[in-house]
Amino acid sequence: MAASDAIAAAVPASDARARAIAFLATRHRLRLWEALPWLIAVAAFFIFPDRMLFGSQVLVMVLFALSLDLILGFAGIVSLGHAAFFGVGAYTAALIMLHWNWQEPVSGLLAAAAAAAVAGAASGWLLLRYRGLTLLVLTLATTIMLQELGNLLRDFTGGYDGLPGLTYTPLLGRFDYDLFGHVYYLYVLAVLFVLFFVVRQIVHSPFGQTLAGIRENVARMHAVGSPVHARLLTVYTISAAIAGVAGALFTQTNTYVTLGVFDFDNSAGVMVMLILGGAGRLYGAFVGAVIYMVLQDNLSKASPQYWQFAVGLMLVLTVLFARRGLLGLIEDVARSLLPGRRP
Amino acid sequence: MTQAMTAALEIRNLNKSFGALAVARDIALALPKGARHALIGPNGAGKTTLVNLITGVLRPSAGQILLDGQDITSLPQAARTRRGIARTFQINQLFRGLTVLENVYLAVAERMRVAHRLWRPAGAEREVIDQALAQLEALRLADDALKIVRELPYGRQRLVEIAIALAQHPRVLLLDEPAAGVPSSESHLILDVIGALDPDIAILIIEHDMDVVFRFAARITVLVAGAVLTEGSPQEIRADARVRAVYLGEEFPHG
Amino acid sequence: MLGMPRNVGSWGTIPPVENIVISILFEGLAYAMFLFIVSVGLSVTMGLMGFVNLAHGAFAMAGGYLVLTAMGDFGVPFFLALLLTFIVVGAVSVVFERLFYARLYKATELEQVLLTIGLAYMAIATYTYFYGPRPQTIHLPEYLTGQLGFAARTFPTYRVFVIAVGCALIAVLWYGFERTNLGARIRAAVDNRRMAQSIGINVDRLFTLTFAIGSGLAALGGGLAIEMFGLTPSFAVLYLVFFLLVVAVGGLGSLKGTLLAAILLGVCDTAGKYVYAGAGGFFIYAVAMLILLIRPAGLYGRE
Repeated sequence: MAASDAIAAAVPASDARARAIAFLATRHRLRLWEALPWLIAVAAFFIFPDRMLFGSQVLVMVLFALSLDLILGFAGIVSLGHAAFFGVGAYTAALIMLHWNWQEPVSGLLAAAAAAAVAGAASGWLLLRYRGLTLLVLTLATTIMLQELGNLLRDFTGGYDGLPGLTYTPLLGRFDYDLFGHVYYLYVLAVLFVLFFVVRQIVHSPFGQTLAGIRENVARMHAVGSPVHARLLTVYTISAAIAGVAGALFTQTNTYVTLGVFDFDNSAGVMVMLILGGAGRLYGAFVGAVIYMVLQDNLSKASPQYWQFAVGLMLVLTVLFARRGLLGLIEDVARSLLPGRRP
Repeated sequence: MTQAMTAALEIRNLNKSFGALAVARDIALALPKGARHALIGPNGAGKTTLVNLITGVLRPSAGQILLDGQDITSLPQAARTRRGIARTFQINQLFRGLTVLENVYLAVAERMRVAHRLWRPAGAEREVIDQALAQLEALRLADDALKIVRELPYGRQRLVEIAIALAQHPRVLLLDEPAAGVPSSESHLILDVIGALDPDIAILIIEHDMDVVFRFAARITVLVAGAVLTEGSPQEIRADARVRAVYLGEEFPHG
Repeated sequence: MLGMPRNVGSWGTIPPVENIVISILFEGLAYAMFLFIVSVGLSVTMGLMGFVNLAHGAFAMAGGYLVLTAMGDFGVPFFLALLLTFIVVGAVSVVFERLFYARLYKATELEQVLLTIGLAYMAIATYTYFYGPRPQTIHLPEYLTGQLGFAARTFPTYRVFVIAVGCALIAVLWYGFERTNLGARIRAAVDNRRMAQSIGINVDRLFTLTFAIGSGLAALGGGLAIEMFGLTPSFAVLYLVFFLLVVAVGGLGSLKGTLLAAILLGVCDTAGKYVYAGAGGFFIYAVAMLILLIRPAGLYGRE
């Protein structure tokens, strides 16, 4: 038994100490309510069986937003170019299929993750030395350059017209893809489930703690001996890999990809989703992505201007009134309704 | 004091300029193990700059910094910390949105080389938690362990600042005006802590409060306009006319 | 002489390579003037308050539409329309500054980015609703169209005009910045805001004024750009990248830096597109990134 357990048991008078240990020691444990998003996702499968193509896209965006949460919500890196990694993953999945006949989807995800990780490591190594406007501009420029590169190599990448008509072998050798996206949905859900728990584990690890430290006070982290650049590079690479998987899933479930995946609107959109739901909370990605995608689906059918206006409005209102997103609002409400809860 | 063994921290000919502005000129200093050394001087003399040079926040233009005889002049800040230098900042640099326990946990985790672990939960590192708590208890902060730092009064935040530095188990500790900004009702806590520090740690303290300086220091260096004016025992410094002139005729309290 | 292709000397006496270089420099300079006029306000306000304003492009866009509407619906002459847009957009920007921006001076960079992107999106959507998404063209006065003959070749009159306006504004801004009391106060506040406040400079009011002038200039730049690039509501976000590049490369709060960066990037972009028709867009980003990697605070930035 660890010394802390023994002490906590044997010295009940030291209440503060015991509570402190309990706080850190159990924070990572699964709570009951964490099953909720997954139950809802599975329920959606049965309640909206004819909207599963759309549902797959929502889940893809949840994964994308989750990857952004790692760097933005936890490490505090403000990037305007996260679509770069989504795009690298998306194109990797398409190009290996078209040029090497690599039609097995799951291994395609791994290839996309690897390619995006390399892109993340390379750009991160270069860019993460910077902050503020410089970093914003560099991340923006990187994504645009990737898009321009894609356009330059348009014989290879299909340019802005994109690469249509991709085909994939049935999932796990058995589940063929139906027109209604049922298999797609469960496929993406399964991948999201696995990667979510990977991210959750990272966030609750000592490494995750150092990310919080870097976010809160970089100067202090240097002063306690933390290799800040190496830590940021690690999380940036992991985040890029996950964004790459999201991109690959996008390609696989649409059987089509265009250079539009690198658009600023994609980087901005995923940021809106995350902020709307609440950054630094893991589940903010779920809430934000679902709301964003549902609104987009409804509003942009009415008129694209309504949708763009709505996005802008959501951003402005969130920043002015709900800085920590919807989950933050819910937390504030809960805290005021239940006094005496521990922080 | 005879220098029979290598000094814990030695500074040789340290120079730093920003263009034409020289902020450190030919500074020499030696801290033996267990040193209680104070650094005083008027505002703008370059005291914090010196600490920044020692810890690696700034790179010197010339000169050497030796830790236990090893040249660390070209090492980055984090590497110097890992070799045993810790500091407190003049204005608290804490993780304000995190709890006191988490603040110290980070320092301990880095020292114990477990901070890079991605897979085990932070709560599973019981040794780290234990040591962090022990550090808090040593500074009587254990009751505040779960409070968010920004909600603490400034004096207690200052104690957290010191706890973080001590949690690094440093061989050399640089305290930059540890009692600054702390209301006098609480400053005795800080001074008690400093007085009770491990006698093996070499400590350099920047202070303006001469009371604290004379109570604490065995040796004093006076820094003026980036250069060492003089160095000596408290009695020697008190008697030095140049030092008095520099402080513009200020009386040292309890002379 | 009218009617001859632009990149051939009217008397055919200039060697082709030199002709191309002159064309590139000239075009690049005109582009640079546009970039400078719009970006200078952004650079100074960011240097002054550290506020990341991604809605700056929206002011340029709005300025362009105001010029078009003034000329098209109200028959206002071009020059007057430019002046009008400077004043009106500058004044309206103060409303936004007081309503929204002022609340976020102490906020995080992320919050500033999000708020201003949000405002930009709302602006684009609104303008698309009223003006439609298709590019608009402008009916310039006769004397600004066509070509001017000079030193054995011809130059498009409008580009000459833009460069002339740019030079005039540079002179005015330089004078204002370096020689007036107001300029001195702005420079002091950019250099060290706390110090400036402690010697009695009202930095908040200074910022509002600078913001108004900067937004007005952006509007002016937007009006000038219509003839060169066409105008759509997306202008606000499409060109934002370039304004940000100029500001970052030049260094926050520096007039000299913004000008140098504008010229450098403007000429590189033009040269790139001339020389490599397909991949030309690359150059401006590559050059900007290179400079930022070596000097992260920009050419004339601090820290």
